[in-house]
Amino acid sequence: MNRSDKKYGVAALFNSPDDIIKAAKKVTEEGYTKYDVHTPYPVHGMDKAMRLKPSKLGFITLTFGLAGAAVALLFMFWAMSIYYPMIIGGKPFFALPAFIPVTFEVTVLLATLSTVIGMITFFFKYPDQKHPLHDTDYMKKVSVDKFGICIEVDDPLFNEEKVKELFKGLPFESIQTIFHPAEEKHTVLEPKFLGFLAAVAIVVSFGTYVALNKILYTVPFDWMMEQPRVDAQSKSEFFTDGFGMRTSVEGTIARGFIPYEFKGMNEPTVPLSNPLKPTKEVFELGKKKYLSFCSPCHGNYGDGDSRLGENFPKPPSLHSAKAREWQDGNLYHIIVNGQNVMPSYETQLTRDERWAIVHHIRALQKAKNASEQEIQLVKKESLENAK
Amino acid sequence: MNIDYSRELPVIQGRLSLAEIENLIASPLDEKPGKKFFIALSISLSLLFIGVLSVGYLFYKGTGVWGLNQPVGWAFDITNFVFWVGIGHAGTLISAILFLLRQKWRTAIARFAEAMTIFAVMCAGIFPVIHTGRPWLAGYLLPYPNQHHLWVNFTSPLVWDVFAVSTYFTVSLVFWYIGLIPDFAVLRDRTVSKIKKIIYSIFSLGWRNSHRNWQHYEKSYMLLAGFATPLVLSVHTIVSFDFAVSIIPGWHTTIFPPYFVAGAIFSGFAMVVTVMIFVRKIFDLEKIITLNHLEKMNKVILATGMMVGYAYAMEFFIAWYSGNPFEQFVFINRALGPYAWAYWIMVSCNVISPQIFWFKKLRRSIPIMLIVVILVNVGMWFERFVITVTSLHRDFLPSSWGYFVPTIFDIGTLLGSFGLFFTLVILFTKTLPVVSISEVKAVAEGAQPSHHGGEH
Repeated sequence: MNRSDKKYGVAALFNSPDDIIKAAKKVTEEGYTKYDVHTPYPVHGMDKAMRLKPSKLGFITLTFGLAGAAVALLFMFWAMSIYYPMIIGGKPFFALPAFIPVTFEVTVLLATLSTVIGMITFFFKYPDQKHPLHDTDYMKKVSVDKFGICIEVDDPLFNEEKVKELFKGLPFESIQTIFHPAEEKHTVLEPKFLGFLAAVAIVVSFGTYVALNKILYTVPFDWMMEQPRVDAQSKSEFFTDGFGMRTSVEGTIARGFIPYEFKGMNEPTVPLSNPLKPTKEVFELGKKKYLSFCSPCHGNYGDGDSRLGENFPKPPSLHSAKAREWQDGNLYHIIVNGQNVMPSYETQLTRDERWAIVHHIRALQKAKNASEQEIQLVKKESLENAK
Repeated sequence: MNIDYSRELPVIQGRLSLAEIENLIASPLDEKPGKKFFIALSISLSLLFIGVLSVGYLFYKGTGVWGLNQPVGWAFDITNFVFWVGIGHAGTLISAILFLLRQKWRTAIARFAEAMTIFAVMCAGIFPVIHTGRPWLAGYLLPYPNQHHLWVNFTSPLVWDVFAVSTYFTVSLVFWYIGLIPDFAVLRDRTVSKIKKIIYSIFSLGWRNSHRNWQHYEKSYMLLAGFATPLVLSVHTIVSFDFAVSIIPGWHTTIFPPYFVAGAIFSGFAMVVTVMIFVRKIFDLEKIITLNHLEKMNKVILATGMMVGYAYAMEFFIAWYSGNPFEQFVFINRALGPYAWAYWIMVSCNVISPQIFWFKKLRRSIPIMLIVVILVNVGMWFERFVITVTSLHRDFLPSSWGYFVPTIFDIGTLLGSFGLFFTLVILFTKTLPVVSISEVKAVAEGAQPSHHGGEH
């Protein structure tokens, strides 16, 4: 490194730790303040010889450690008890014992990182590659096995002759004057370097774009969209009949499904009567299920006006005299058993739902075929209710 | 052979001067690597390549390529994870706990052990990520604001694990780097190569051996050691919570945290001794990493080995004493069931083999200790295997009992993790000083002033 003729300070090297302690004591006693001792490792007793106050680094650690603990606890409290409270494993929303591990880890993380970053930037003012002491013989020797002390020109008591005199009174090894390095031209903004930066930026952004938007969506990265799993209605090569969806095993009864004793009979004289009372809930259930399962063919009001149009044989109206004269049990039998092209709804509807549908059909039949007297009655009642 | 233990042994043998110490440690970095280096590197890189192939195929095909399946849902992956995290613990113990206990001999081995910590945690970190089956979703483990308005479940041990292992890695790395700063300055000042000088300058941050800096530096080292000590205990405690917080018989025990920590130190020291035996020989560091160092580590291995043995016995006692038939079954099944071979490998390696170290002669014999520490490494891997697999393979429902057999991809991934570890270790020996130069100088004979105001 080229040196200017501007002085930085005067430095002396010593051979043993005892000598450097003596020198540091002497320099401190003389009243110098802008000086530093350089040793290849921390020499014990030097703090005392230089009269240094204890390091205040611990305050940074304490502050950030406590902040880490508080932030972690408050955050977990907010996330788990306020923002999105969920009961997990029967624990309370604010499960303090379960929050301790994370609190501890965050405390340690913040305390250590703040200590190190605080020390390097705030206490050391590093990185500092331009310091006048770098690249001097003095620094190269204290790096190995010599012990040095350097008094700076900026010290109010500094006088080169006096300082050298002082060092000569000690068991020194060598004395040297340190000069500031010569001013260096900054080469950072040269067009070559800027061009290089631009090239790097282009390559990196293009590479990132390709990696994230192209490569990650080519084979074999399918993001688990393709899965060898059987979806509803899909084919399966595993089963001999080729169907993915399975019917229940013969002889088993699913929960809530009671076997129907007249299964498969044609026109049975069914002695069943509707076990459900015609309550509001039953009518609502019946309407819902009718609209889901029956209306596609029989129409929303049972007129037989199929939504399937001409693509399917037209189903009979539910308002025919035949349908109206049927017993409840007969309608129930058709729902369970199916009739002509109508399939069985045994597996789709529970017993109660089927009976609720029967109720609904009866209500539709009544509504379509009401007598004048009944209409008047309903009108009167709804007028009264409206008041 | 006759050592007077009543007097403190010199940390460094042969009255080396400060410059000699520095030369001894730093000169391998100046020389071009030799034939042995490349042979060692090619072996470890081959292992690493096997690992890369295994993991690559795993990513392509899915976790089905491994041998694990119901009921053994955790097998080699978690065994390897716990094994590697455990290996890491010795480094922090040596650098932090022994520092707080003022054990000067730690200086010779601290740097290497810390490096091993970092590499071991890197190996460990791979396994939880790849065993999820969808490694690209690992980001969900971190709490970050997202469109789902969901945060991670902070009451889950698996999330604690993420925090513990990542904090442990970060703190170990920072601790390691702080120790390296003065050494980078030493290297910067001794190198003649221009490129090396720039690199060392950048990493030394402009360190200039100033005592005004050393004062804060020593303080920070103390603070970091103070934090790293509870941290290292917490990490394996939390790793043990992955098991202990569940309700599986064989896992749901309160002894797990101390048992895991003792096991971690046990296995970690065994790994450090294994590597140190070779490093001191290859780099001519026998005077800095002396036989006394190895003997002290062997004593730690003996002590922690017996702690682990106590834990094995106590688990059985509690299984009997609890009166819980499921718990009793698991332990009888461990010792006498289909995985009895693994259990008895574990017991003989971990409890019986270190007993050799009661004899001073054997404790100080390099070939004997090499055999023992390798057995301990094997035994500690099997300990984690026994805990993970034998507790799972016969659960509450006999109809779902199973037997885990590893596939070549399981074994390939395990070999790959060793490959990664040793590749990093080998590269480390040629890029950074394997022993802390400034710390060893500070404990050399005559390095500290003879009278300094009665501070000692």
